[in-house]
Amino acid sequence: MYRFAISRLLQAIPVLLMVITVTFFLVHSAPGGPFSADKAVPPEVIKALEEQYNLNQPVWQQYLSYLGDVIQGDFGPSFKYPGRTVNELITAGLPITAELAFYAMLVALGVGITAGVGASMRPNTMQDYLPMTGAMIGICMPSFLLGPLLVLIFGIHLDWLPVSGWGDIPGDKILPSITLGTGYAAYIARLSRGGMLEVLSQDYIRTARAKGLSERLIIVKHALRGGLIPVVAFLGPAFAGLLAGSFVVETIFQIPGLGRFYVQAAFNRDYTLILGMTIFLSTLIILFNLLSDMLAIWLNPKLRQEIRGTN
Amino acid sequence: MAILEVSGLKVYFHTRNGVIKAVDDVSFSVDSGETLAIVGESGSGKSVTCYSLLDLLPKPPAKIEGGTALFAGKDLLTCSSDEMRHHRCNDIAVIFQDPMTSLNPFLTIGEQLIEPLIYHPDKNQIQTRGEAKKKAVALLDEVGIIDSQARFDCYPHEFSGGMRQRVMIAMALITEPKLLICDEPTTALDVTIQAQILKLIKKLQETRNVAVIFISHDLGVVAGIADKVLVMCDGTIRETGGTDDIFYRTQNDYTRKLLAAIPEGPKTLPNRAKSDEPLIEVTHLKTYFRNQLNSNNSEENRFVKAVDNVSLEIARGEILGLVGESGSGKSTLGRSILQLAPTTGGSVKFSGQTLTGLNAKQLVPWRRKMQMIFQDPYASLNPRMTVFETLSEPLLYHGIATKKNIARHVRQLMDDVGLSQAQLRKYPHEFSGGQRQRIAIGRAIATKPELIIADEPVSALDVTIQAQILDLILELVERHNLTMMFISHDLSVVRYISDRVMIMNRGVIIEHGDTETLWASPKQRYTKELLAAIPLADPAAERKRIASI
Repeated sequence: MYRFAISRLLQAIPVLLMVITVTFFLVHSAPGGPFSADKAVPPEVIKALEEQYNLNQPVWQQYLSYLGDVIQGDFGPSFKYPGRTVNELITAGLPITAELAFYAMLVALGVGITAGVGASMRPNTMQDYLPMTGAMIGICMPSFLLGPLLVLIFGIHLDWLPVSGWGDIPGDKILPSITLGTGYAAYIARLSRGGMLEVLSQDYIRTARAKGLSERLIIVKHALRGGLIPVVAFLGPAFAGLLAGSFVVETIFQIPGLGRFYVQAAFNRDYTLILGMTIFLSTLIILFNLLSDMLAIWLNPKLRQEIRGTN
Repeated sequence: MAILEVSGLKVYFHTRNGVIKAVDDVSFSVDSGETLAIVGESGSGKSVTCYSLLDLLPKPPAKIEGGTALFAGKDLLTCSSDEMRHHRCNDIAVIFQDPMTSLNPFLTIGEQLIEPLIYHPDKNQIQTRGEAKKKAVALLDEVGIIDSQARFDCYPHEFSGGMRQRVMIAMALITEPKLLICDEPTTALDVTIQAQILKLIKKLQETRNVAVIFISHDLGVVAGIADKVLVMCDGTIRETGGTDDIFYRTQNDYTRKLLAAIPEGPKTLPNRAKSDEPLIEVTHLKTYFRNQLNSNNSEENRFVKAVDNVSLEIARGEILGLVGESGSGKSTLGRSILQLAPTTGGSVKFSGQTLTGLNAKQLVPWRRKMQMIFQDPYASLNPRMTVFETLSEPLLYHGIATKKNIARHVRQLMDDVGLSQAQLRKYPHEFSGGQRQRIAIGRAIATKPELIIADEPVSALDVTIQAQILDLILELVERHNLTMMFISHDLSVVRYISDRVMIMNRGVIIEHGDTETLWASPKQRYTKELLAAIPLADPAAERKRIASI
């Protein structure tokens, strides 16, 4: 398993290098610069600023010195938040976004697996159609529609839950978590239904029935492990998607997380912040994918032994 | 009184295409210590009959429309699901056909063995893990699992097919059932393993005095172990009676047809090797695969030697039978000769031209001269191509026909393989297994090849269909003057069709010779074992054979 993890991490290096390079040149080729919007600033000030941030050098030189910094773990100073480094901004936003993503994942897994497994137990009945219709709507519903809708219903009409903020008023984490988690819950519901239906049609489920096991035991012990492998494989991309995709929800609910920095950085041409966020999120995506792959392998005894065998 | 008394059982499947009467008015009974064999071809309803007793059919589409199945006086068909769990745990156990898919790959075999004991629906019959394990280990010993204590914690994939079936048998016996249903328990196994498993079932039945229902398509297997036989076809009983009556005093035409279809005895056609000129010369052929599973990568273990230093010749016009059990390397040898598997060493010559070392493009003109027929006609035909497209593709690709005259060529092929021309626009799923294999054969002979390698072409087919396809192959070989390598695990089939036979084991040809000479006096021990393991469709002879193993 170690060797598998290490070889996957080594493969990640060229991927990250590609991400850095492509993002760097894309960002720099976009029209405008970090200081071009501020019209009132005299040219000499801009020149001084550009000098301060090394923007007067040729692009490839900027690229090389940036690369050198990144290898040492330094994403540089932010252009738009004077006096703060990108590392500081990420460290400040990450706990909030990670918490939001974590709760959203709990919602997604809890609702998704329950609905999917339930549906698979009685396919083509109401117990299947209802949650699957819900899942279809959940997939189609964008979070910028769902969020305000939930706010309208639970925040304003019913007045049950706070409509914005994060950790200020009790209960203000509920609506954002649900908003962010719903799409993933819908997807997980469909994945787990499909996986479970596949497993439930296997011969070994029939064997388990013939042995006289209860239906509950058959689902929990014999079917879930195989049936949820598609969900496990989806966990990595899902977690990464939750982190990277949280900006809509963070904007709707006024949450000071990573996502808002990301969007603002793009509007502001805050080169170092865009790059830093992109590299950071790419690394997370790679790590989470690796983790979910390892989990999927660990769940399958045959794969587990094959991997062990190659060590 | 019979332990199980089934009368008037009707099971219908309600599908979109109408009602299928899978089981229609079937009655039978079994006593303790007695073996009832239910024999029939695929779709005859033999498995459905037994699954309906334990409520193992998917409902819908299945529905039990009538009848009773009294087990010790209680009707299995109308009992509640709790009562059914009791029956499954205490009274009736099943051994399923395919040990590869019938065990849960995610759980150790030990866990799967003890489940019925530790999760028993009856509270005061629940055993502790320790007790259950003791019992399971003893049972694993009894069914012939060596080092059972350590093997208890292994996963199914760490066992061979035969060993898994032994585990399945132990699993069925652990609840000490009074009735054991064996659904084609040896069909997925090699012939030598089959002999061992059959003997084991027979022995266990005698020591435990259980009633056995033995489902099989193979009359040879049934002959030796059954007391009574029930012949089914299309959901109905065709004939029922004592084993000797069924075999020696057959009443029903369908039973007669089944018996007649069993390939038996030597080939009736004359030996076809008309010339001494070899069409295929294989010298020191080696095909090795990287060993994925072995942990200690010593030089010796790094490769799986699927084909290890094989040399052979096939004369023009000859039918060479290649026999081996699963994993012997026989399919890989066939593929290596056709350059469909990457060879590691040695050479293959096709009428003087060396094929090994040619690249894909250089091979193209040779490809049309050598074709392959595959085992599974369900998997080897492209489901999105009509028969017409399947058959015309090789003709157009090799420039044998043009767009203008293709229809005539394809119609000719359909005639050759005995299919109606009206079916040209149909897709593979609209055909039966036998018809699909005819299409596959038509595709193989389309390019007018000189050599055909047939890899288990009849193994997936019912016995009556198998007989038809074998005769078709013989007829086509004669008419088109083909040379053939016929790969099979089934010795009777090989004897029926081949002029010369090679026995392969672990990548090596261990014995070869003219078919009848080899049958009469096999030299190697392995060959003798193989020949001794063939079940005979003759109850007296088969009982004697089993007793002698």
